[in-house]
Amino acid sequence: MNNWQILWQARDQFWSGFLSTMTIFGLSISAAFLIGCVMLYLLEGSRPRLAMPLRVFIDGMRMLPFLILAYLLYYGLPGLGIRLDAWWSGIGALAVYHGCYFAEIFRGARLTFPPGQVEAAKAHGFTKGKMFLRLILPQIIMQTRPLLGNQLIYALKDTAFLVIITVQELTAAANSLSGTYFIPTEAFIVVIGFYWAVSIVMEVIIKQCGRFSARRGFDNV
Amino acid sequence: MSEAGIESRKAPTDAAVAIRNLSKSFDNVEVLRDVNLEVKKGDVVTILGSSGSGKSTLLRCINWLEQPERGSIHIAGERIGTTDDGRAMSVKALARVRAKTGMVFQGFNLWPHLNVLHNVTEAPIHVLGKSRHEAEAHARELLEKVGMSHKMDAYPNTLSGGQKQRVAIARALAMQPEVMLFDEPTSALDPELVGEVLGVIKDLSAEGYTMVIVTHEMAFSRAVSDQVVFLEKGLIIEQADPETFFTNPATERVQKFLERHD
Repeated sequence: MNNWQILWQARDQFWSGFLSTMTIFGLSISAAFLIGCVMLYLLEGSRPRLAMPLRVFIDGMRMLPFLILAYLLYYGLPGLGIRLDAWWSGIGALAVYHGCYFAEIFRGARLTFPPGQVEAAKAHGFTKGKMFLRLILPQIIMQTRPLLGNQLIYALKDTAFLVIITVQELTAAANSLSGTYFIPTEAFIVVIGFYWAVSIVMEVIIKQCGRFSARRGFDNV
Repeated sequence: MSEAGIESRKAPTDAAVAIRNLSKSFDNVEVLRDVNLEVKKGDVVTILGSSGSGKSTLLRCINWLEQPERGSIHIAGERIGTTDDGRAMSVKALARVRAKTGMVFQGFNLWPHLNVLHNVTEAPIHVLGKSRHEAEAHARELLEKVGMSHKMDAYPNTLSGGQKQRVAIARALAMQPEVMLFDEPTSALDPELVGEVLGVIKDLSAEGYTMVIVTHEMAFSRAVSDQVVFLEKGLIIEQADPETFFTNPATERVQKFLERHD
């Protein structure tokens, strides 16, 4: 039996690892996206006492290697009496970490948002919340689409770090197979294939979304 | 309480816009000095003056996009921005009074992610709480009125400046405002597109809309106004019907201004 056959027989392990990775990825980027949107809203002027600490927090997260954050949440939080299992601390770490990146991407676009449009919204009787949700946020998302796509790919790859806090995801599956049968090259090639395929699918989807914004003059796909 | 205090509290007349003792400065430069102006229902008032005279600021105070330091503004009898004892209005209350005005900007400021129809229905649905069905029916009428019903599904980035401004006018009208405010509506347009926008505004005046228009278009001002106001360094130095204003101005300043714009 050659190495590839061994891996083929262990395909269930890969598959369940892959499903875990996709679940973690799906949950954490959805949460991260929401966190990014909420942070952007909280950064909208007139709340300096909230905006300052929030900026510090976002910058702090961006300076922190993801691996360390994952460690902190899994091994550090129990010291504060909060005990999350590996699965949820992994999702939590990804969500907060990438949420801060999303917030930073959005903030950059918000700085160049045409003030005239905000005035038009005010003149038409919009209050802050509705204006943000209906007029500002949709445009910010369309405008930052390519950056968001990149961030999704980073987030996907960061799920692999969760192997060190014992989450049973795709990289963990490869790790365990390569350890058991000592076939690291083949096992990791399979895993690379999975990550690659998902990245390509995401890129195609993000590109398709670009047509939607291009029609509205936001970019030229 | 002083006599003047009581005077300024008195409920305004049935004017669409009543501006009392309005003053405003930017960094110690007074841009509006004790301005008083009343716009009757159905009247068209154009505000003229050289750039820096404070005319745009005056217009933007009416819907509180600029906050004056002193004075009061009533829209159809309702005070905007501050309460009678001078405190700031709640955000919600301000938005509600603002919705009684419609504003058309020099730079159009359409929302680019929405098509023409949805630009017009956005505020009626999400501010006034109209049903989508009702808002769209009204929007179709208004777009017909401004000659843009053939572009209902287009996005703003595909429109010419004149078309954008006509959509912006329909968008403001959709709020069924007590007064329409125009802030140099044709200044950003190619010369050959100015006419289509002025034409729409003329039609509106014939229909009896109350309008306050800041403009540099003299012939238009003369044709459309019930009242012309001339602003100089934040003061109204002349206010008259268009015939008197353009043929027999009272001040030397206005005479000079008109000579230069002939």
